[in-house]
Amino acid sequence: MFHEPAAKQGRDPATEYKTRLGLWMFLAYGLIYAGFVAVNLLWPAAMEATVAMGLNLAVVYGFGLIIFALILAVIYNAACMKEEKRLEGSSGGEG
Amino acid sequence: MDWMPVAIFVAFVGAVLGMSFYFARKAKSAAGYYAAGGNIHWSVNGIAFAGDYLSAASFLGICGMIATAGYDGFLYSIGYLAGWIVALFVVAEPMKRLGKYTFTDALDSKFNSKGIQLAAAISTLVVSVFYLIPQMVGAGVLVTPLLGLPHAVGVMMVGGIVIVIVSTAGMTSTTYVQFIKGGLLVVFSSIIVVALLVRGLSTEPDQGGDVPFYKYATLAATEVNGALALEDASWAIAGTKDVSGVTLVKAVKDGKATWFKKSAKDGRISLYECQVESVGADGATLINGAPASADNKLRQVGNLESIEGKKGAEAATGSLGPFDFLAKIGSPDTVVKTWKALKFEAEGQKFTVYAPSFTTGNKVLKPGQKFKVEGTPLEKLDFISLMLALFLGTAALPHILIRYYTVATPAAARKSTIVAIAAIGFFYVLTLFMGLGAMSSGVVNPADNNMSAPLLARSFGTVLFAIISAIAFATVLGTVSGLIVAASGAVAHDLMDRYMGLHMPDRRKVAAGKIAAVVVGIVAIVLGILFHGVNVTFLVGLAFAVAASANLPAILMMLFWKKTTAKGIVASILVGISLSIGIILFSPDMYELYGMARADAPIPFANPGIFSIPASFLTLIVVSLMTQSGGNAGHNPDGHKA
Repeated sequence: MFHEPAAKQGRDPATEYKTRLGLWMFLAYGLIYAGFVAVNLLWPAAMEATVAMGLNLAVVYGFGLIIFALILAVIYNAACMKEEKRLEGSSGGEG
Repeated sequence: MDWMPVAIFVAFVGAVLGMSFYFARKAKSAAGYYAAGGNIHWSVNGIAFAGDYLSAASFLGICGMIATAGYDGFLYSIGYLAGWIVALFVVAEPMKRLGKYTFTDALDSKFNSKGIQLAAAISTLVVSVFYLIPQMVGAGVLVTPLLGLPHAVGVMMVGGIVIVIVSTAGMTSTTYVQFIKGGLLVVFSSIIVVALLVRGLSTEPDQGGDVPFYKYATLAATEVNGALALEDASWAIAGTKDVSGVTLVKAVKDGKATWFKKSAKDGRISLYECQVESVGADGATLINGAPASADNKLRQVGNLESIEGKKGAEAATGSLGPFDFLAKIGSPDTVVKTWKALKFEAEGQKFTVYAPSFTTGNKVLKPGQKFKVEGTPLEKLDFISLMLALFLGTAALPHILIRYYTVATPAAARKSTIVAIAAIGFFYVLTLFMGLGAMSSGVVNPADNNMSAPLLARSFGTVLFAIISAIAFATVLGTVSGLIVAASGAVAHDLMDRYMGLHMPDRRKVAAGKIAAVVVGIVAIVLGILFHGVNVTFLVGLAFAVAASANLPAILMMLFWKKTTAKGIVASILVGISLSIGIILFSPDMYELYGMARADAPIPFANPGIFSIPASFLTLIVVSLMTQSGGNAGHNPDGHKA
């Protein structure tokens, strides 16, 4: 059919693991992100406080959210690759 | 006109077009046109993701908003980047597994429902058009300082070039244009930031000696029985005007009128010189009292009044490290001068007065200048709504989702997303420096902050300005290309082929997509001209809200809730679109755009996500539960039809 996947995929035995891990990491990041929004609304003065290297909490938290996203992404990829490799024998089309 | 920057610009755009024609040879099939044949390497796709995503909104809009509203503009950087977490952890691999060319394919993979095909195609079209508007506005503002052309000509240029690109080559060309553009954008933005840090900060920025610093007048005044009197007798007061809670004073010296902003502090009254643009009934425009011309334009603005309590020569910092740069601007003893437009009509003329505001650095480097986090409950709700839409919008953007079909496997989709997060995250860190750099370097156009980053580049020389403008123009070209491919896919593939069942041969599918691309391109040109002057990242923020409301609930529930039905998805998409757009159209910001009073807007906030996203989820749940017997085609974790 025209609307089926563009490239033929074998069944990916690591799908369940990756989905579960992804959801947990999404939840972890979502909580930190919600914390940023909450601090701004509930304790806005705290965002002015200098916390490190002359930078205030707003800048440190903002940069932190960007860096944390990259760290989580790298960890997620490493974990997925490890699981895919472990299940390689029974998997078809991953690469 | 300086021809060297124009030559660089034309050469760059020519190279983009040449690449487009080259790749046109590879796009004979529908798979080639819509998904680049599924053969793009994940690392190239990752940078192309960055190219797609770092649109006019990121480079022009965010930097412009930071230049005028400080940290509030950076909130967009944080939210846009956070959205990639949703894309990576929740959406990337399933979307690759389930779809072929469009996000509708993935959404409909379990149901084969005409309703989903129609609703998702409409949603793709609506979100794409919403996202196209700011790109076209960005194109218009770019060509004015570079080529000396009017805004509308810039919009038509981009529209015309993109129509040529998309109607020749499709996704392959778009991918490589985005790859090159994304890479260049990050590299040259880094160069701007390094140049900025080497130059350091001063309270009298002169753009590297090219533009002398203009010292605005400050007059001391007293008030007796409600009447203002000026201490400097060479000035005489000619009238006052209250606009949006600000008192403007018209004063005359040597027969020339100047507008001032009145400010009272510690029992003393000061009048701060403003800039003014007035348009008479005959259409004649005056800038600061003299006819507008190439030599008499609004002065560029934005500077630090004091740096850590110091002014003048002793305040100049010399070269700074990145943390020192932020620390000095964010100091409570630093004072930042920004400008706000106030509009009114008097004496048969339309006035726009640009009035200065003074804010301490610690307030500039925290949220609150634009989004009132310490304001009323409604203003706080608006802030939550914005952050929610930014977080959830990325993974619901059709032109981002279709990029998952250009790589071969779900693992490649995941890896390309991680490359995108690295490139985009680094760029967003740079936006804070570029925005604050523009804010403190006297380069901001008070009438339109969208050009702040390219104008900051110009303060380091015309070559850098030309390169940055060309990259920014290519940014718009690439993003508009991607959006138009997504929109044309919705028309030719989702609507014509699948919903209407026309089942055209491959060549006709591509031809239909190209005709759709031309039509969508023309619509985008018209809207780009109409929305002139609105901050582009603000407009993109609204597009995120529409995408997050219309698409994300359907995607997430389809993936993770077994009771989801086709009718539930259709209802959710339609409620999400109509509610989010309805709230936007009746918001204060849009009323201002219509030329009406903000206070007359029936809905008191601008960002719809906090209402429209939960409403869309709720609708899907309720309708799915009500249609369990007839509408559900069954759940299959691998995503193939049951």
